[in-house]
Amino acid sequence: MRTILFEFKEGLMIALRAITSNKIRAMLTMLGIFIGVTVVVTMSTAIKGIDNSFQQGISSLGSDVLYIDKWAWFSNVEWWKMRNRKNITMEEFEKFKTLAKLPSAVAPVINTVQTVKYQERRVENVFINGSNADYVKTTNFTFAEGRFYSEIESNASRQVAVIGSEIAKKLFPNISPIDRTIKIGGENYRVVGVLAEQGSFILGPWNPDNQVYVPIGTIFKNFASNRFRSITINVRASSPAMVEETKAEAEGVMRKVRGLSYDQENDFSINQQEGLQENYNSVVGVIQIAGLFITGLSLFVGAIGIMNIMFVSVKERTKEIGLRKAIGAKRRTILAQFLLESSVICLVGGLAGLLAAVLLSMLINQFIPTSIQIGSVILGIGISLLTGIISGIAPAYTAAKMDPVEALRYE
Amino acid sequence: MNIINIEHIAKIYKVGLEEVHALRDVSLKIDKNEYVAIMGPSGSGKSTLMNMLGCLDTPTSGKYEFKGVSVSEMSDNELAKIRNKEIGFVFQTFNLLARSDAVHNVELPLIYAGVPTAERRERAIQALIDVGLKDRLHHKPNELSGGQRQRVAIARALVTNPAIILADEPTGNLDSKTGEEIMALFHEIHEKGNTIILVTHEEYIAEHAARIVRLKDGLIESDERVDKRYIPKIKSTLTQ
Repeated sequence: MRTILFEFKEGLMIALRAITSNKIRAMLTMLGIFIGVTVVVTMSTAIKGIDNSFQQGISSLGSDVLYIDKWAWFSNVEWWKMRNRKNITMEEFEKFKTLAKLPSAVAPVINTVQTVKYQERRVENVFINGSNADYVKTTNFTFAEGRFYSEIESNASRQVAVIGSEIAKKLFPNISPIDRTIKIGGENYRVVGVLAEQGSFILGPWNPDNQVYVPIGTIFKNFASNRFRSITINVRASSPAMVEETKAEAEGVMRKVRGLSYDQENDFSINQQEGLQENYNSVVGVIQIAGLFITGLSLFVGAIGIMNIMFVSVKERTKEIGLRKAIGAKRRTILAQFLLESSVICLVGGLAGLLAAVLLSMLINQFIPTSIQIGSVILGIGISLLTGIISGIAPAYTAAKMDPVEALRYE
Repeated sequence: MNIINIEHIAKIYKVGLEEVHALRDVSLKIDKNEYVAIMGPSGSGKSTLMNMLGCLDTPTSGKYEFKGVSVSEMSDNELAKIRNKEIGFVFQTFNLLARSDAVHNVELPLIYAGVPTAERRERAIQALIDVGLKDRLHHKPNELSGGQRQRVAIARALVTNPAIILADEPTGNLDSKTGEEIMALFHEIHEKGNTIILVTHEEYIAEHAARIVRLKDGLIESDERVDKRYIPKIKSTLTQ
């Protein structure tokens, strides 16, 4: 053990001497690994960041919420069949609500896209969510200020609104929005609540932070075309464990509401966040593999560069290898010397690459929430060491098996 | 006791399909504290014999015992160990590490012997002092003259206290005056009780030795004591 440590230390010293005596070459070689590690680590960090945002975003939708809809989010049913389905109406919602016993909350939802204004400030293309007071019970909303609209307000279709945190930031950068009057598609609404930051950028307009919540009646009243659109019924199970039972009950109740006989297909769909998740995973999985493959290629090119340089280095130092062998270096000593040399080059390049990746992800963090995980650090160090060993092994082996007599005679 | 005992060794190289008999049948005994010159024209097999003596190569047939231990069947690693501990090489082209100073060059065999840092530094410096390079400890080869480089190489050969010093044309790259100084140094080293084997094709260099072995066509042509041995008249050391 002690001799191994000793040989390691001496091999390292020799490797360092060799590297420092040819600095420019060593640095150019490191550049290959530097770029490789930078892109691989940045890529994996960015993917991780996007993934985290999505998971966070999707969980703000609630895994225990079912969405009874005319349209299926993901299905094999042809779109024209779904198009021909009947719209889900408020009456059907009322019937459903009375018959369904398992849900902890049920709410009708309709979305419309409008421009929201406060004095000169405006936000275009905002999702306006129309529902009733129970809607908040189907979510995990927390409030920065104020409250959700009440049952009285929603039943009476009062012109009140709850705004997402991003909307609040854009319309009211300096003042509290509570009790201010905003214009939604030209209609006056009084702000009663502001949501705390909920979701994640990845959901875009579906992110609660970018939405405005108003009583559903005001949507039908102010934006009349919505009267002829299908609503969605949000159903929240009493607990995640109850999702399946709630779903089964919801299907039965909905069939009853629709008056379907046993041999008729469902003319509605029950959607779940799970489907979104599956779809996301399959898409992101491909992006991940493709991204890592492409960035991995640059690392591969760097590794070839190192191998090339190491072969040159071995050839160049043939006589030195001959001498070292003549005065007592064993095969494994020579092998270790060159392996250590390529590993040190890779490790230094890799550490620099890691540092660059940290800085880069700080930059990317301005757009996508990313953070360097300890895993990425290990990944960076791991790949650079591995690259060093893999690209060094062939040249080092060539050096180790040289015949000392031949090597000494080499000119 | 013999340090080197060679009996009927032969070495055959395969060059393409042809076999080259570099050594045919050579027997040789060398005692402790001998000073032997091995001579012969190129192609006589003297380089092959030197490689054999230096444990850089193993014979195709025959017996080679080094200090009573058979070398013929040793593995690469065992040969490396013998070279490290028992043999000090001095080459015609010095073979110093160009980017390392004199001390590091001399320490090199001690590194492979596993000697701890402090001790090997001390020993390397002492060896350099012994060959008269006290003032050149931290000079790199390109800052040294040819004679000084060869002295560094000799210090490197001596530092492990080897059983034999094996010098291959040690004056081949030096002018005659410097060559004379190096030969004077070998003389002193021999006087101190070391065993020296000198490979050369120069008659006047060989005459420094006490015994000359002449090779021709892979066989020993003659092996005799030198009657009128040449003793260097100049002092070996450059500094003091």
